[in-house]
Amino acid sequence: MSDFNFFLMIGGMMLVTYLPRLLPAWLLQGRTIHPFLSAWLKYVPVAVLSALLLPSLLVADGKLNLAWDNLYLWAAIPAALVALKTRSMFATVLVGMAVVALTRLLFA
Amino acid sequence: MEKSTIIGRVFTPALPVVLGYLPIGFAYGVLAANAGLTLMQTMAMSVFVFAGSSQLIAVGMISQGINPISIVLTTLIVNLRHLLMSAALSPHMKEWKKIEIAGFCFELTDETFAVHSLRFRKGETSPRIAIPINVICQIAWLIGSLLGVLAGGGITDVKPFALDYALPAMFIALLLLQIQNRKQVWVALLGAALSLGLWAAGITQWNVILATVAAATLGAVLETRVKEAPLTEVKS
Repeated sequence: MSDFNFFLMIGGMMLVTYLPRLLPAWLLQGRTIHPFLSAWLKYVPVAVLSALLLPSLLVADGKLNLAWDNLYLWAAIPAALVALKTRSMFATVLVGMAVVALTRLLFA
Repeated sequence: MEKSTIIGRVFTPALPVVLGYLPIGFAYGVLAANAGLTLMQTMAMSVFVFAGSSQLIAVGMISQGINPISIVLTTLIVNLRHLLMSAALSPHMKEWKKIEIAGFCFELTDETFAVHSLRFRKGETSPRIAIPINVICQIAWLIGSLLGVLAGGGITDVKPFALDYALPAMFIALLLLQIQNRKQVWVALLGAALSLGLWAAGITQWNVILATVAAATLGAVLETRVKEAPLTEVKS
């Protein structure tokens, strides 16, 4: 790809990434929101994070992995326990990665 | 918690995202170098786009020789979910200047969104803390990208260090920290099941958005119809 085409592509990617991030906050600011919409928005974080999480555990290399030895799924258990116990994102990420790294080291 | 200092209020919430972004940014940098992107091109994407999953997708598409227009359209579809996140944060930014919203939203990613949706709910809505948190997160992304490019072809496998598990582990923490009542549990179950189900049915680009809209609607219906006590207290 030529530098010019690449530059155009980056510009396009920036635009289509930034506008969805900006416009709702920009346009809804200071408006009174209907109670149903306001309740709906309150559930977006949980809804979107759960929708991101499960595929990230069960999809590998573009394929569904429901095998019993899916390490991502098993490692989610200690990670989740740490998250619930410590309420710390840092500890959760650290433990999750450590479990995966150790398992690979021991059983690879 | 060292809430007394500005440094603590900025770095403490940013730290887990930094921890996640360094390895993922690194993976992006390695893949970009392997796809033939120059250092400048790779870094330009991390500076101007700053969207983890779509940058990884874009690099994959570039290495397959797919045309730039398709790459931009794919980026649009993948990042449309941020419409929902931006809208969800908007009630907390009533006092913000437009320019502050513009700066903040440029760095609104899945991860920074999750951090701020927790903080904002606790009343910590100052842009003077929120924006620096985002800046630190993007700096971590840039450092990760840079190190990945420099490591380049030397590293083809990130698995021995479990770098590939940083993102799933972060989603686990981000999700569980949000959940405080039974309605949210139902919303999470529906969102997760629907997203995976749609993906398995071949709807691999729109599954997250469709599942989010459906699950948040369930939450709103439950919220406006049913009242119940919270499951646990919010810890700060």
